[in-house]
Amino acid sequence: MNNKPTITKKQLPKGVGFWKDGFRRLARRRMAMVCLFIIFAYFAIAAFIYLAEAFNWQLSIVDWSSQVGEEYQPPSKENIFGTDFLGRSVLRKTIYGTKISMTVAFWASIISLLIGVPLGAIAGYFRGWVDELIVWLYTTLSSIPYILLILAFALVLKDKSISFSWLHLGTLQLSGITSVYLAMGLTSWVGICRLIRGEIIKHKEREYVLAARSYGCKNARIIFRHLLPNVFHLIIINFSLRFVSFIQAEVILSFLGLGAKNQPSWGAMIDTARLDLPKGYWWEMTAATVAIFFISLALNIFGDALRDSLDPKLRVQ
Amino acid sequence: MINYVIRRLLYTIPIVFGVLLITFVLFNVVGGDVTDQIAGKAASKETRDEIRAEYGWDKPLIFALDSQFVNHIKNAVTFNFGRSWSDRERIVDKIKRGAGPSLSLTIPMFIGTVLISISLALVVAFLRGTVFDIIVVLLCVAGMSIPFLSFILFGQYFFAFKWSLFPVFFWPDLSPLQYVALPVIIGIAAGLGSNLRFYRTVMLDEFRNDYVRTAFAKGLSTHKVLFKHVLKNAMIPIITQVVMAIPFLFLGSLLLERFFGIPGLGYLMIEAIASRDFQVINAMTYIGAILFVVFNIITDICYSLVDPRIRLE
Repeated sequence: MNNKPTITKKQLPKGVGFWKDGFRRLARRRMAMVCLFIIFAYFAIAAFIYLAEAFNWQLSIVDWSSQVGEEYQPPSKENIFGTDFLGRSVLRKTIYGTKISMTVAFWASIISLLIGVPLGAIAGYFRGWVDELIVWLYTTLSSIPYILLILAFALVLKDKSISFSWLHLGTLQLSGITSVYLAMGLTSWVGICRLIRGEIIKHKEREYVLAARSYGCKNARIIFRHLLPNVFHLIIINFSLRFVSFIQAEVILSFLGLGAKNQPSWGAMIDTARLDLPKGYWWEMTAATVAIFFISLALNIFGDALRDSLDPKLRVQ
Repeated sequence: MINYVIRRLLYTIPIVFGVLLITFVLFNVVGGDVTDQIAGKAASKETRDEIRAEYGWDKPLIFALDSQFVNHIKNAVTFNFGRSWSDRERIVDKIKRGAGPSLSLTIPMFIGTVLISISLALVVAFLRGTVFDIIVVLLCVAGMSIPFLSFILFGQYFFAFKWSLFPVFFWPDLSPLQYVALPVIIGIAAGLGSNLRFYRTVMLDEFRNDYVRTAFAKGLSTHKVLFKHVLKNAMIPIITQVVMAIPFLFLGSLLLERFFGIPGLGYLMIEAIASRDFQVINAMTYIGAILFVVFNIITDICYSLVDPRIRLE
């Protein structure tokens, strides 16, 4: 008699990891995939413009500043979105505005994550006076109405130069969009910090942290190698949902004249279109609105889908 | 209860101090001495010194009894924000004057948004899973994705300019009812998407509870279940959302006021941004934060009034 167990390898159900499972659920939603494609397309356009500028490609689609026809031409075959008050192509301006918006939203997200995640993790892990200090800091920041805070930061940082000569790095000129994403990044880390802190407080009582500690892991290793990967899905969800608000905030800030100068951005386009609209020149306004609408819609739907597929709490229901 | 309120009020002291610290760092340390901007390049030395003395830029930054930081706190506590750089009017007077028009715009907008979105949310939550529900959710997400600026511009263009249903711009002779009507409608329309979606989620969470099934099972009418049982239990998140929105009402609406020329606090801030008038932004930031902190306490007190399970300890 053969005593070997009869179950072969094929019959065993294959284990599915958290990320694989999550992304499989995500891939099943066709709507989310379409949105992901749109988001990639916007990023690709922004990246393409950067490449074209870096290598000095003479492409007509990137050349937003040249005159393509008479001023205020309505949409036609040659100019899909018509021309503006200097006879420049509105389509090219809209495409160039993608670069500004995506850059601002990207760096603002990165800055806010770089501040919020470590602070939240440290506060939740160490507790004590460190926790109290960090909680005080973000309660203070969050008690200033957001729009005022961001306006104050953008206003003060505008056209400032920060000297890094003591680091032998020269000076950082905060012109145009740099001050915009710095202002947004410095003011919007509160939400993610609060979220990560709460999660870390919950997680640090779990067995795997105890196990890591009994192996003799240092605090830094426990936080960055053990705890943060376990709350990483929250960071991704927050990132995708926050991105929309950055894009919309950039529009409002450049509309108020605090954003990019001498470069077309969606907010600046809406600002010029404000005076053109009563004269019946509706196309520049429409082009900017459509551009903002599709990226916001895609990010909203994709962010929700991501949350539904990655959040273990929602998975049970 | 009184003990709780007193303790909460004491707890706000470090918060207010933190706010003052942030505005100090922003406007005095990073922003700094802007005498050149106020006086112009051709001003004499006496004028410059006079301006420096008025705004206290000739004093030491922190480490002195009469330093800029001490004065910053003193001014904030006594609500004395000095004069505006651009037209020399006292900032407190400016804010008092702007509060009326701002509130006449934001209060109807706020009440309209809350009433419409909560009642729609009840209906949508009741019809959850149907085609109607899906369509409403899709419309909400689409509405959230249209920038607020586009709502305002197209709304103003079509309703006021093209079809002349409303006045295009503020005019002192108009009654408030006339010039506020269109901005209020636009504000409600623009805010409906995100609000409706939020309240729908709140209601759906309540609908999953057993007491709803029990209420239906014992034969209560739909109307009664919705308004007496579900709405009452959903009160906590609703109160948080509603009461915490009130401080923002005082700040007015930056964009709506700019487009419709309503001389409120939003308009004041726009002017201040254009002329880089830090003092005005500083005052508004401080007042906004104070209101936020106060309404935060009021929210907690409201919790215990609405839900007897919550006790303030």
